[in-house]
Amino acid sequence: MAGTGKISDVDLAGSSAAALSGDGWRWLGVLAAIAAALALPWLVSNYHVFQLTLAMIYAIALLGLNLLTGYNGQISLGHGAFFAIGGYTSAILMHRWGVPYYLTIAPAGLLSFAIGVLLGLPALRLEGLYLALVTFSLAIATPQVLKYFDSWSGGSQGILLTKPAAPSWFPVGTDRWLYYLSLALLLVVFWAGRNLLKSRTGRALVAIRDHPISAVAMGVNTALYKTMAFGVSALMTGIAGALAALATAFVAPDSFSPFLSISFIVGSVVGGIATIPGAVFGGVFIQFVPNIASDISDAAPWAIYGLFLLAFMYLMPQGIAGTLAVLLRRLKPARAAPAAAARGPLQ
Amino acid sequence: MGQLLQQVLSGLATGAVYASLALALVMIHQATESVNFAQGEMAMFSTYIAWMFVQAGVPFWIAFVLTVAISFLGGVLIERILIRPVESAPVLSQVIVFIGLLVIFNSTAGWIFTYTVQEFPSPFGDTPLLGDMITSSELGVIGVTLIVLALLYVFFRFTPLGFAMRAAAQNPESARLVGIRVGWMLAIGWGLAAAVGAVAGIMVAPVLFLDPNMMSGVLLYAFAAALLGGISSPGGAVVGGLVVGVLENLVGTYLIATELKLTVALAVIIIILVVKPSGLFGTVMVKRV
Repeated sequence: MAGTGKISDVDLAGSSAAALSGDGWRWLGVLAAIAAALALPWLVSNYHVFQLTLAMIYAIALLGLNLLTGYNGQISLGHGAFFAIGGYTSAILMHRWGVPYYLTIAPAGLLSFAIGVLLGLPALRLEGLYLALVTFSLAIATPQVLKYFDSWSGGSQGILLTKPAAPSWFPVGTDRWLYYLSLALLLVVFWAGRNLLKSRTGRALVAIRDHPISAVAMGVNTALYKTMAFGVSALMTGIAGALAALATAFVAPDSFSPFLSISFIVGSVVGGIATIPGAVFGGVFIQFVPNIASDISDAAPWAIYGLFLLAFMYLMPQGIAGTLAVLLRRLKPARAAPAAAARGPLQ
Repeated sequence: MGQLLQQVLSGLATGAVYASLALALVMIHQATESVNFAQGEMAMFSTYIAWMFVQAGVPFWIAFVLTVAISFLGGVLIERILIRPVESAPVLSQVIVFIGLLVIFNSTAGWIFTYTVQEFPSPFGDTPLLGDMITSSELGVIGVTLIVLALLYVFFRFTPLGFAMRAAAQNPESARLVGIRVGWMLAIGWGLAAAVGAVAGIMVAPVLFLDPNMMSGVLLYAFAAALLGGISSPGGAVVGGLVVGVLENLVGTYLIATELKLTVALAVIIIILVVKPSGLFGTVMVKRV
């Protein structure tokens, strides 16, 4: 799977047994994962390349959700709306103004960022539950709004696009090109996200989540950080939305139903909501598990989503990434100081 | 003028349904300080149970009573089995459990009853009354809601069990000290909320038709209603529901396109929460740090 080796990001990196330092192991793991991800499109069919592309796109969106909900503690049940904003921005730019596809991703991300910041402002006044309520309502209202502005959005039919062709200097075919494009953006977003979360800013975000009053007392500008967390989270999810529009070559209101937002929450929880690599596990989960389950019945993927949500909630609230980190830490008792963020906000 | 009055009256009928669901939300919020995101889907599932009875030839009102009773039991069971473990967990965990419930109810309904839209019988017929101002089904919905409200009022105001439940919600520690089994009171609260939700679902199904996604819009209006009235005030939820129902109709008829109705509800929710989080009748929450 793409990037599974990146679990080393969490905390198991610092084994003192080997000659390599902790950072060395970590980078070795990441490099191995990247190498595997680079080779993968040549080993599987085009259709699977397309599925893996979508899994990576979901991973980018989930990282945005993890940053906001997992690290900063602001519950969003409406991230599908930002995915929609990204997707529609990209689609409208291409469809109406003939903008080349590679120039539509940045505007899509920036518009999502702006709208995220705007939504982050009222969110400052809303505590946990009420923010969940507002974002859930946003998720319900999104398809209707998209249908309403039909002169822009193409109404219920949506907008049909053409898949971007691979550039002449990299002739690998459309599916593989989209795969590598998504992989490149995934790496950039994850690298930026990791740097953000492992820095002062990341610690401030976690502090706001765990104890807002202490955070303020420590001099953290809560309002600024929370609004920016909303913006950056929306930015990531918006980029993912734009990529999804390119990869599927189609946007329509019904692809952005409340269930998209719910599947993001499922992916986050299953992967590990307050972890970085958890986003990759989550992306793989929400891309592949429903496909397997839909062989049983139309409703089966969702039934399985629901059961997984409850099962993870009760049995392993840290998600796959968090649980793996804990298990691997146990194997190396010498290492103390568990990463606070990896323990997660659910316990 | 005639049209205006007609819109107001039919708004009151849908508003009564929103009021019921909002009341279910408020009941659970009072007991546990959380909002049950699965309330709408639970009501939808109850409605399918009623539909099943009616399809099997059971007379409507017997099906109605059976469904409400089954929903009550279901609500109690859900609280005991699924909600209890996360009773004192962080908000995020609770929200995720509610979302899990929502998804499970929705998909189970889709699995058992398929996603085909079904017609649901109205027990009140569809005769126009009062010179075409209101139909008998609208009047029936308002009537049933008022009866449910009156029953709940009497229950919470005059019965020992109602008192015990209010005590458990207001001050669990003291209630426990005087011998009230707080855990069971919460479970009964969930059961009652599920039963009231079932009534709302059965009342709205003839209008919206029956399908697994029928309640998502209604839930949004119920959120708006509960917040408008003040989420800590049961009476407020009812007033809020009626106001939202009438507003929805008037705004939809005179101001903007019907396709934006849900967006209006969203805007109402955001404005209330930002400007006056306690709603019209709620108590202002004071937090000690």
